[in-house]
Parts: sequence; structure tokens; C-alpha cells
Amino acid sequence: MSSANNSPGQPRPHLNPYAAGVLLGLVLLATYAITGRGLGATAGFAAVATWLTALVSPAAVAASAVHLKYWNDGAPLLNWTLFLLLGAFIGAALSAWQAGRFRIGIERGPNISDRQRLMLAFLGGFLAACGAKLAKGCTSGQALTGSSILNAGSLVFLLAVFVAGFGLAQFVRKEWL
Amino acid sequence: MLPLSSTIEFSAGAEFGIAVLLGLGFGGALERAGFGSARKLTAVFYLYDLAVVKVMFTAVVTAMAGLFTLSAMGVMDMSALYVEPTHLLAQGLGGLLFGSGFLVGGYCPGTSMAAVASGRKDGLVFAMGMLAGVWAYAQFTPQLDQWYRDTALGEVTMPALSGVGMGWWTLLFLAALALAGWGLRWVEQRHVGLRAPG
Repeated sequence: MSSANNSPGQPRPHLNPYAAGVLLGLVLLATYAITGRGLGATAGFAAVATWLTALVSPAAVAASAVHLKYWNDGAPLLNWTLFLLLGAFIGAALSAWQAGRFRIGIERGPNISDRQRLMLAFLGGFLAACGAKLAKGCTSGQALTGSSILNAGSLVFLLAVFVAGFGLAQFVRKEWL
Repeated sequence: MLPLSSTIEFSAGAEFGIAVLLGLGFGGALERAGFGSARKLTAVFYLYDLAVVKVMFTAVVTAMAGLFTLSAMGVMDMSALYVEPTHLLAQGLGGLLFGSGFLVGGYCPGTSMAAVASGRKDGLVFAMGMLAGVWAYAQFTPQLDQWYRDTALGEVTMPALSGVGMGWWTLLFLAALALAGWGLRWVEQRHVGLRAPG
């Protein structure tokens, strides 16, 4: 962590991962039970991208079936997953603040610069977004939501994510270790 | 009868309210697990902290067991739940791309929200990269969506594929989770030297 801790004292330890998993699983189950669909995240980003595109060029929105999918009759920001992300942001902010874990900073290993790390963060976000669009879901929509209902494609996705992560880990060792 | 969406017509306001409430739990659970931190998340790929596997595996098994139990009790209509059509090539390639992005970027779409909420600038930059990525997909390769629809296998679940019911699959996953606990701890202990001091 490159910046000072803004909160007094030490941050509290994380929740036991199995307990956190049960919590996350119950949220997923509740989402299924209420909405009939599971969790998601990428669609919220897609809705914002379509909204921004329309501000610059409505013609570009009209020309793309994917933009039109998120256009929502001219109100792309009224997107269910975007509201879910808003809630997630607030929930995480409250949790981080309560646990003393809020701190302005950049996460990286000791062997790369902040600037390098930010460039890699952008690249990683770009790649992850392309992968999620192609696969019709991300860690939320496919790996969690799809796997829990034993969707074969979701299990393939989950496997591929770990294959890529473990396969490439040694090449970006400097970024993290 | 669940899901509620099949019996109740929610107003738009109610739907968005529900989304925010579920989001609170979603983001809260991710942050509690430590998933607002890129180093905690990417530690899984260096094997010294497997919290990502533990949390995801437990969450999947919890939801699966819940769905099965509710369905067996006759409370949940599984056929009313949305199942994304399977497309092996799209999910395989997409997963590889996504995994690369996760490793290099340090987050996934949901956890980047937890990172931004925890004050991580790299989380914010990852989210901007995400935005650029989904924009590029919509702008330059919108025809991929049509290709996906035209060549997908349709709804393919393991129970349908194998003829083995969801209850047995749930038991199998529960057993695997119980056994994995020891294995995961053993792996972590062997790589403990990579853990950053402090």
C-alpha cells in the first residue's frame, strides 16, 4: 500500500472465508428467490457505456445491437444491474468503514511503480470486460450465479478463468509479489 | 411460490429498491471477505491465500443447496429461473480472457466496486478499463452477440446432461467442499513464504 492509512488503528481482520462464502451464497439465493435471475455486474458497466456513447453520438448507439440492448428506450441508466452495483458500492463502503479498512491507495507488489500498476489495472479491466461480454457473464453472472444452478457453460467459464490465471501468474509475478 | 418475480409484478421503483438492497448484501459480503483488495484476490494465483476459492466455492454450494432444498420443498419453481444458454467456445475463450484480465487487473467487475468503495485508485482505474472494454465490444464487435445466439447449445445444466439429479450434485459439491478445506490449507501452508509481511 503506497499511501498512509486514513483510519486510526489497525484494520480489523477479514471475515472467515467460509462464513463470507455462506453470506455471499445467501445473497445469491435471495436474488434468485426474488428476481428469478442471479447476480451480475458487467451489465451495469455496459449500461453506463451505452449512456456515455449516446451523449457523444446517438447514431453510434443506433448502429450497434449491443448498445440497443442496453438503450432501454432512452433511459439506459435505469438498469437493474446498475442499481445492484450502486447497492454493492454502498454496502462495501459501509463495511470497509466499519472495519477500518478504508484507505486511499494503490494496491501493488513492491517491485513495480504506481504508474505501471495503474496501466496494468486499466489493461486488466479492458480484458476482463471483453471476456465477460464474450462469455455472457463474469465472476458474478457466470462463476457464481451459473455454477450454483449447475449451468455447464458457467462451469466451463469458471475452469477457464482459473486456467488463465494460474497459467499466466508467473509472467506477472513482479506486479504482485 | 418462488421466485417472487413469477407471481408478483414489481413496479420499476420496487425493482430498483430490491436491487439496491441485494447489492448492499453483495458488496458487504465481498468487502467482509477482503475482496476490496487486489493483492488478496490475486493471491489465489500464487497459492499463498486461497480465500477466493474458499469464498466462491462456499457461496456456490450454499446457493445450490438452498435452491435444491426450496425446490424439493415445493417452494421454488426451478424452471422459472433464468439459465444463460451455454456456448462452449464463447465461455471457454471468454473465461481465458476474463481470467487474464482478473490476474493483470487485480479485480473482477463486482469486486472492483468493493475496491473503489475502499478507496483503491487501482480499483477505479480497473473499472474505467472495464467501461472501455464493454464500450469497445458494443462499438466494434456487436455481431458477436448474434453469433452467440445462432451457435449456442441452449440451456445445458449438469443434471440435464448427466441424468443425475440436482440433489446428488449438491451432495457431491458439499462433500467436495468439506474435503477441500484440508487440501486448501495444506496448499496455503506450502506457499506461505510468498505472503507479504504485515
